[in-house]
Formats: sequence, structure tokens, C-alpha cells
Amino acid sequence: MSVSFAAQLNSVLAALILLTAFGLLAQRRIYGLLHLFAWQGVFLSISTAVVGYVAGQQHLYISSILTLAIKVIVLPYILHILIIRLQIHKEVETVINIPTTMLIGIALVIFSYHLTSPIRELSTLVTRSTISVALATVMLGLLMMITRKHAVTQIIGFLAMENGLFFAATSATYGMPLVVELGVALDILIAAFIFGIFFFHIRTTFESLDVEQMARLKEED
Amino acid sequence: MSEMFSSYILEVVQIVILLAAAPVFIGWVRTLKCWFQGRTTAGIFQPYRDLIKLFHKDIVLAENASWIFRITPYLIFGFTVLIGAIIPVLSVDLPLSSTADVIAIVSLFAMSRFFTALAGMDIGTAFGGMGSSREMTIASLAEPAMLMAVFTVSLASKSTSLSQMAQVIAHGDLVLRPSLAFALLAFIFISLAETGRIPVDNPATHLELTMIHEAMILEYSGRHLALIEWAGMMKLYLFAVLGIAAFFPWGIAEAGNLIAIPIAILVLAVKLVLAGVGLVLIETGLAKMRFFRVPEFLGSAFLFATLGMLSFFMLE
Repeated sequence: MSVSFAAQLNSVLAALILLTAFGLLAQRRIYGLLHLFAWQGVFLSISTAVVGYVAGQQHLYISSILTLAIKVIVLPYILHILIIRLQIHKEVETVINIPTTMLIGIALVIFSYHLTSPIRELSTLVTRSTISVALATVMLGLLMMITRKHAVTQIIGFLAMENGLFFAATSATYGMPLVVELGVALDILIAAFIFGIFFFHIRTTFESLDVEQMARLKEED
Repeated sequence: MSEMFSSYILEVVQIVILLAAAPVFIGWVRTLKCWFQGRTTAGIFQPYRDLIKLFHKDIVLAENASWIFRITPYLIFGFTVLIGAIIPVLSVDLPLSSTADVIAIVSLFAMSRFFTALAGMDIGTAFGGMGSSREMTIASLAEPAMLMAVFTVSLASKSTSLSQMAQVIAHGDLVLRPSLAFALLAFIFISLAETGRIPVDNPATHLELTMIHEAMILEYSGRHLALIEWAGMMKLYLFAVLGIAAFFPWGIAEAGNLIAIPIAILVLAVKLVLAGVGLVLIETGLAKMRFFRVPEFLGSAFLFATLGMLSFFMLE
């Protein structure tokens, strides 16, 4: 596998990651969201392995396997269990005006391209062109957390944002040191458990996972 | 001089193939669909028989039909044949291909749609007006996406001429281009909407509430209907060859290379057979969507095309 082919392959994977980020924005069904999130993890993991091969960085293989294990298998599984326990399966979320969200998403992609263009000029890495996609994925995850009302979908948005950060690290500096990545992976895993506990608390308090209900928390005047 | 002459002959050959192959292509799609659904087929030549039957029938014209209603079938047929002459199907060197680029092709499609909508409203029946209004709603959403997809492809080949695009993609180095993949996805979505295939319109039904294209041409009969039907078949064929020319041009003949023409015809036939299989897989796999979901469908086509264009700048 030549370097230029690997760079092309990485670009295709970056495009697929961007596509899944948009898919997450548009998807109404909660199981569809989980599948898209798992796919994003798969593309991220392959991309990390490809970058590891090109750069000759062995530790990227480990983070690739870690991504595959945590973001493709463990996290979707935990969320799946949560969805079943919370009995919110097959729920269709009302999202405010998907086309508008999409247009905002496109604007965010252009913005992040503009923002990262100086880095692109300066960097000499093979992966420099994918930095803008990574930043766009972070922003799209953030946009998803803003536009959605359901707690579980907001968490998926948060995890997608983390995917974007991980991708940014790989494409900007060939990945963070292994210790940091192990720490982040553990953090995410623990966060997922804490989210689960929170979901149950939110539901027992409000009998719904719609975070709009939290506006009721303010005192009566 | 002889080279000029040979390219004109090619042009004629291509138009003859267009006229002859379009009904067979439709027949192939219908046959495949029957096989998929476990029905008995009418054979791939049934569209010919339908056309011949319609040509032999008399025209029943409404009393208040104006000249627009009478001229529209001929106009649509003419536009469609003209588009077929512009798209480089067999060879990149066609005399008409250099006269119009892909933007002109999109506008020719728009013109034929415009006249169909006018004719739909001309008689003044409720169905005609409803069909026209629906068709224009879809068109207004499909056209920007179509142009966006086309521009993405022309960014990669640095030209809006289809011959140039086909040449660059067929003879350039084989590179993985995410932008072209996005553009292809958008193009497939738009083609389904423009040719009235299943998630958007059902070509096999005359159900009042759902029909779009059929509603507009409900008042036509005899020779007129035959021409419109034939143009409709050619439209599906043209979208297939447009996709082939823009995204999979491998096997197309070089300029002035007459020996490669038979091979080009053979390769084209294989590609069309595969395109039919793809179309039937989409059509049997999906259900027709509600009309108010169509804007979302075409919006995602626009999104794919825009993402393709962005990823050209960002990743290539």
C-alpha cells in the first residue's frame, strides 16, 4: 500500500465519518442513531489503523483496536441495554426542522474548513487534509446536542463529538500518547455508566427523558 | 474530412440506438421487477408492442385543447432526442456534444418538463393541474441538487462539457475520490425523482391521489400518448447513460477510433443491464414515500451534492 493510496483511503474514510455525522443529525429513530454511531466508530477505527500504517506509529494500532472495542461494541451495547431498561425503544423523536439543521451543518463544515486552513498550509503530515473534517465532526456533534431534546440522543451527540476529537488528534499529530488515549477511553466508559444512572434519575423525577422538562426545576414565583 | 463524416455517422448511430434501446431498457426493468416479485413477465419487447398499439389508435382531443396541448408531445420528443444526441454514449467525439454542456442538458430537461406541465393544465381538468403542480414542486427541489452534483463532477474534470468529463475520468489515474462518490449518490437520488421511479412516484399506477407524471398526461391518447410514453422511456435511458458518462465512462470510444465502437456498444449494454438491476433493487426495496416526505428526500440529495463539493476542496 503506497503512501498516496493510503492518503486517498484516509480521505474516503474521513468523508464517510462526515457523512455519518450528518446522518446522526437527520436520524429520527433511536436505534438508527445507535447504528450510525457504531458505523462512525468503525470508520474511525479503520482510519486510525491506516494512519498508523502510513506514519509507522505502532501505538495507533492499539488505539484503533481500542476504538473498535469501546466505540463500536461496548458503548452501543451499553446504550442499547439502557434503551431497553428505560423502555424507550422504537421511539421517534420530534426534531425541529431537519433541512434547516442540515443547512446549519453545511455552514459549520465550511466554517471549520476556513478555520483549519492555516494548519493545513503549515502541516507536513499525510493526514493534514482531514483536520477540517475532524473539527466539523466535533461541531456537528455539538449541533446535535443543541438541537435534540432527548437525553439519550444528546449523549450520542456527545460521544460523536468525542469521536471527532479523537479523529482530530490522529490527523493533526498522529494521535495522542498512548497513556492519554487509554485514559480518555476509560473516561468515556465510566461516563457511559454515569449517564445511565443519570437517565434513571431523570426519568424517576420527570417521568420522561425530555430535557425540556428540566425547565420546571425553577422555583415558583 | 472523413473524420468529420465518421463522427456524424456515429451521431446518427447513437440516436438510432437511443430510439431502439430505450423501450428495451424499460422492458428489461419491468421484466426484472416481475422476476423479483414472482410474477409472469410480458417479455422485454412489450414496450414496443405498446407503442405500436398506441400509434395505430386515433387521437381523442378535448374541445378546448389549445395549440400548446397539440404541440407538446412533439416538443418533448424532440428535446429528448436532442439530449440523447448531446450525451457522449458511444464515443467522446460527437459533433453535437461540443455544442452544449451539461448545464444545457439540465435546462433541456427542464424545458420538456415545463411544456408537460403546461399541457397538463391546458385542458383544465383537476388531475392535470394537480399533476403539474406536484411535478413543478419536485422539479424546483431536484434541479438545484442536480446542478450541484454536476458541478462537483465538473470540478474534478475542470470542465462542464460531458465529453471532457468522460475523457478525464476514463483516462486519468484511478484515484479514490470521495467527492465523486457523494455526487453519484446525489445523482441516483435525483434520477429517481426526475424519472418518476418508486420512492417518489410510481410509474405503474394510475391511482388518483399519488400519481404525478401520469396525472399530467392523463388527457393524451393515440399518437400523442405514444410520443410522450416513448420520450418517458428515453428519459430513463438518458439518465442511466448520463450517469454512465459522468461516473463510469470506462469503455467509451476515443475520438476517431471507429474500431472501438462495437466494443463500446457491448460495454454500454452490459452497464445498462447492471443499471437496470440496481434500479429494480432500489424499487423493490423501498416503499413509495408520502408526497410531503419528498422535499426531505431531495434535500438529502442536495446535502450529498454539497458535501461532495466541499470534500473536493477539503480532501482532494
